Amino acid sequence: MFDRLSEGLQGAIKSLSGKGRLTEANMREGLKQVEQSLLEADVSYDVVQSFMANVTEQALGEKVLLSLDPSEQVIGIVRDELVEILGKEDSALSLDHDVNVIMLCGLQGSGKTTTTGKLARLIRESGGKPMLVAADLQRAAAVQQLHVLGEQLGIPVYSEADSTDPVKVCQNGVKKAKENDANVVILDTAGRLAIDEELMAQLVNIDRKVQPHQVFLVVDGMTGQDAVNSAKAFNEALELDGVIMTKLDGDARGGALLSVKSVTGVPIKFIGTGEHLDSLEPFRPEGMAGRILGLGDILGLVDVARQVVDEKQQAELEEKLQKGKFTLDDFKNQLASMAQPGLVKRMLGMLGGPMAQMNQMLEDEETEGGIRRTVGIINSMTLEERRDPTVISGSRRNRIAQGAGVQGNEVTQLIKQYEQMKPMMEGMAGKGMRERLKAVRDLHDSAMTNPLGGVQRTKKSTGTRLSSKDKRNNRKEREKLLKQTRRRRR
Amino acid sequence: MALFRRSKKQTTPNDGEATPTEPTQQRTPDDSTADSGSLWTRVRQGLKKTRDVLRTDIRDIFKSEGQLVDEEFLNRLFAILVKTDMGARPAAEIRDNIESKFSGRVIEFEEALAEIRNHLKDILAQPPQPVRFADSGPTVILVVGVNGSGKTTSIAKLTNYFQSQGKKVVLGAADTFRAAAVEQLIIWSERLGAEIVTGEANSDPASVAHRTVATALEQNADICIVDTAGRLQTQTNLMKQLEKIFRVMSKQIPDAPHEVFLVLDATAGQNGVSQAKGFSEAANCTGIILSKLDGTAKGGVIIPIRQEFEIPVLFVGQGEQAEDLAQFDADAFVSGLIEEEVS
Ligand SMILES: Nc1nc2c(ncn2[C@@H]2O[C@H](COP(=O)(O)OP(=O)(O)OP(=O)(O)O)[C@@H](O)[C@H]2O)c(=O)[nH]1
Ligand SMILES: Nc1nc2c(ncn2[C@@H]2O[C@H](COP(=O)(O)OP(=O)(O)O)[C@@H](O)[C@H]2O)c(=O)[nH]1
Ligand SMILES: [Mg+2]
Ligand SMILES: [Mg+2]
Repeated sequence: MFDRLSEGLQGAIKSLSGKGRLTEANMREGLKQVEQSLLEADVSYDVVQSFMANVTEQALGEKVLLSLDPSEQVIGIVRDELVEILGKEDSALSLDHDVNVIMLCGLQGSGKTTTTGKLARLIRESGGKPMLVAADLQRAAAVQQLHVLGEQLGIPVYSEADSTDPVKVCQNGVKKAKENDANVVILDTAGRLAIDEELMAQLVNIDRKVQPHQVFLVVDGMTGQDAVNSAKAFNEALELDGVIMTKLDGDARGGALLSVKSVTGVPIKFIGTGEHLDSLEPFRPEGMAGRILGLGDILGLVDVARQVVDEKQQAELEEKLQKGKFTLDDFKNQLASMAQPGLVKRMLGMLGGPMAQMNQMLEDEETEGGIRRTVGIINSMTLEERRDPTVISGSRRNRIAQGAGVQGNEVTQLIKQYEQMKPMMEGMAGKGMRERLKAVRDLHDSAMTNPLGGVQRTKKSTGTRLSSKDKRNNRKEREKLLKQTRRRRR
Repeated sequence: MALFRRSKKQTTPNDGEATPTEPTQQRTPDDSTADSGSLWTRVRQGLKKTRDVLRTDIRDIFKSEGQLVDEEFLNRLFAILVKTDMGARPAAEIRDNIESKFSGRVIEFEEALAEIRNHLKDILAQPPQPVRFADSGPTVILVVGVNGSGKTTSIAKLTNYFQSQGKKVVLGAADTFRAAAVEQLIIWSERLGAEIVTGEANSDPASVAHRTVATALEQNADICIVDTAGRLQTQTNLMKQLEKIFRVMSKQIPDAPHEVFLVLDATAGQNGVSQAKGFSEAANCTGIILSKLDGTAKGGVIIPIRQEFEIPVLFVGQGEQAEDLAQFDADAFVSGLIEEEVS
C-alpha cells in the first residue's frame, strides 16, 4: 500500500517537475495521495483533515518545492508529523504505590482479558507482584478465562462466584492484594459499548470507588472510523491514562490509533502482537507511523534481532568478526537464534507493506524447519570442517549429509551460502548502527529471493506441495515485491 | 493544527481562537515571501471551512432551499460516506457520480443522500437469502472469523434462531485454543438447551468438528454448528487448519459444511476487506454475520466486500443476548448507514 502511496506521490510530483518548477497545484495533487492512504489505514476522517491541513502547510514550503526529491521530502514530513502526534515512547507503568491498581476497559472483544494476562507477565518480569481481578461478570465464562490465564502464568486471580456486582468484586479484590502478597492489581472489566449508559455508569462507579491509579483503554487494531467515538466517550467517562492497541500481528494498518490519540491525547503504552501472553510490546511511534503509512518497521526489526541474539555471544562474535574469523559455528549460532518459533513471521510482519504480504507466502514452519536442517548439517561437521570448510571433500560431504539426514548437494549449498555471508558479516564488524541496518536489509533481501538461502528443502511426507507453476508464480510475486521494496529503499 | 495540539479540555471548536490568531499568523514573516502569506491564508480558510461544516446545524440543510453542488457540498458528502467505513475509494466513486450528475446545479443535500441510498441499496440488494439447508440430514454450519469478532455469541444467537423454528441443534466447541472458549460455549449450550460436543484444551479442532458432525448424524439433528478459534487471516498455518476442518466435514457429508459464516465486527475498518478475502480463500465463506451493529459503528465495510467478493450478509448481531440477531435487511441497513448524519 505504501507503494501505491509512494508511486502515486512520485507520479503526481514528477509529472509536474518535468515541466519545470514544482507548483503548489501539483503538490496538492500529491498530497491527495497521502490523504487517501491515511483514510485507507482507517484514520478517522476529521483527524485526517486536520492532519492534512498541517502537513500541507509544510509541504508547500519553498524547501520542499525546490528540493531535488520532493516526494521523498513529503513522505518525510508526513512521517515526522505522524510520529509527533503519536507521541513519545512511554511504556512506563509508574508503579510507585504500595498497591498499584490498573484498570483495563474497552469495547467487547477488543482484547482486555488477554492484555490483562500480558501486562501481569510483563510486570512480574520487571520485579512486580501482580494479581488479577475478574470483574467481567457479563460474558459467559469470562471469569474462567482469566483463571486459565492466571494458572498459565502462576499469578493469583481474585474472583467471586455468583457475584453480580463488579464494583464490589473490584473493591474486594484490591483489599485482597496484601493477602496475596501482590503490589499490582489489574482489573479485567467487561466489554461495553460507549453508548451503553448503564454499563458506562457502572465503569465510572468502579473508577470512583476503587480509584485505580491507571486506566487503560484497550483498542482493537482493526477498528475503523468509529474509534473516535468510543475513545472519546471512554475518555470523558474515565479520564484515561493510556491506550493499548491489540491484534497488530495481522495486516491491519492500525490508523485508528492516530484517531484515538487525537481525541484523547493520552499516551499510547503498548501494542499487542499475538494471542500468546508474551506478545506485548512497548509502543514505538516510529514503527507505528511507518505501519500506518505502510512503510514497515525497519528499526523494530533490528530491535527484535538484537533481542534474539544473546549479548555475550554477540560480543564474542564481534571480536571474531574484527579478526575476520567468522566460522561456520558462528553462522550456526546466528541461525539457531533465528529458529525461534514465530520469529521469522514476526520479523516479516514488522516490515509491513509488501514484506508483510510475503508473510503469507512463506511458511514459518518450513522456514524455521529449514534453519533447523542447516543447523543439523553444521552439527555433523568436525571441528576442523567448521573452522575451514574448504577441507570438505566429496567423501566428507557425503558423511556430513548422511549424519544430518540430508542430500549431499544441500551441504554444498550451505557451504556456498556461508562463503557468501562471510565477507558480508566480517565487513559489518565494528560498524555503526547505520551500516548494520543496511547490512541487515541486504541480508534480508537476499534471504527473500531465496528464503532458505539456497538450502533446498526435501519433500515432506505430508501436506500439499506447491506445483512448479505455483512456485514460479510465487517467485515472480516475490521478485516483484522485492523490486518494489528496493525501489522504496533506494 | 488546532485539533491535535489542543488538550483534552478544549476539544470543542472555538471561535474565539481562530479570529485573534489569524492576523498575527498572517504577519508572521516566517518565509518572508508574499507567496507564503497568501498561502497561509488559504490554508487557514480551508480549515475554517471544515470547521464551519462541522458546526453547521444539520437541520439547516432542510431549511435551505437547496445548495450549489460545489466542492464544499461534495466534501461534506464524502465525509459522510467515509465515516461509514465503506473506504475512501468507494466513497470517492460515489461522490464523483453525484458530481457528474448534479454539478453546478442547486439541489437539496437530502436529494443527493437519497440518490446515494438508492445506489447502495442496489449494491447490497440480494435475493431473500435464508440459510441453505441440507436436502436431507443435518445442515452443517462452520463459523469463522478474526479474534473477538463475535463468533461464539453469534452461534448462541443462531442456535436460538433455529430452535425457535423447531429445529434440533448440536454445537461443536472446536475452539480448543483460547482460554475457556469451550466453557463459554458450554454455558450457552446449557442456557439454550442444546447438545454440545467438546474436546480437550489444545486438542485438534478438526477432530472435535468430526465428532460434532458424527453426533449430529447419530442424533438425527437438524443443524450442527461448529465454533472455531479466532484467527487473523494472515496466519497461514491457522488458515490451513480451517481448510482441514472443512475437508474433514466434507468427508462425512459430501455437501458439508453447507454454510460457512464469517463473523465480521461492525467496528472493523478496511481490514474487513482483507478478512473477507482471507477467510473466503481458506474456508469458502458462504455468508457474513455482521456483529455489534448495536453500537455507533456503521459496518460500511460490507459495501466493498460485497462489490469485490459477492458474499451476502445474512444476519446482523445487535447485542450480547441470544435473541439479539436479525436477518439482514439492505433497506434498513442503508438507512442506518446514511441517515444518522442528517437527523
Ligand atoms: N454489543 C455487542 N456485543 C457483541 C455482539 N456479538 C458479540 N458481542 C460481544 O463481543 C465479545 C466477543 O464475543 P465472542 O462471541 O466471545 O467472540 P469470538 O469471536 O468468539 O471471540 P474469540 O473466540 O475470542 O475470537 C463478547 O463480549 C460478546 O458478548 C453484538 O452483536 N453486539
Ligand atoms: N491475534 C491477536 N489476537 C488477540 C490479541 N489480543 C487478544 N486477542 C484475541 O482476541 C480475542 C478477544 O480477546 P479477549 O482478551 O477475550 O477480549 P475481551 O473480550 O476484550 O476481554 C481472543 O481470541 C484473544 O485471543 C492480539 O494482540 N493479537
Ligand atoms: Mg474479557
Ligand atoms: Mg469464541
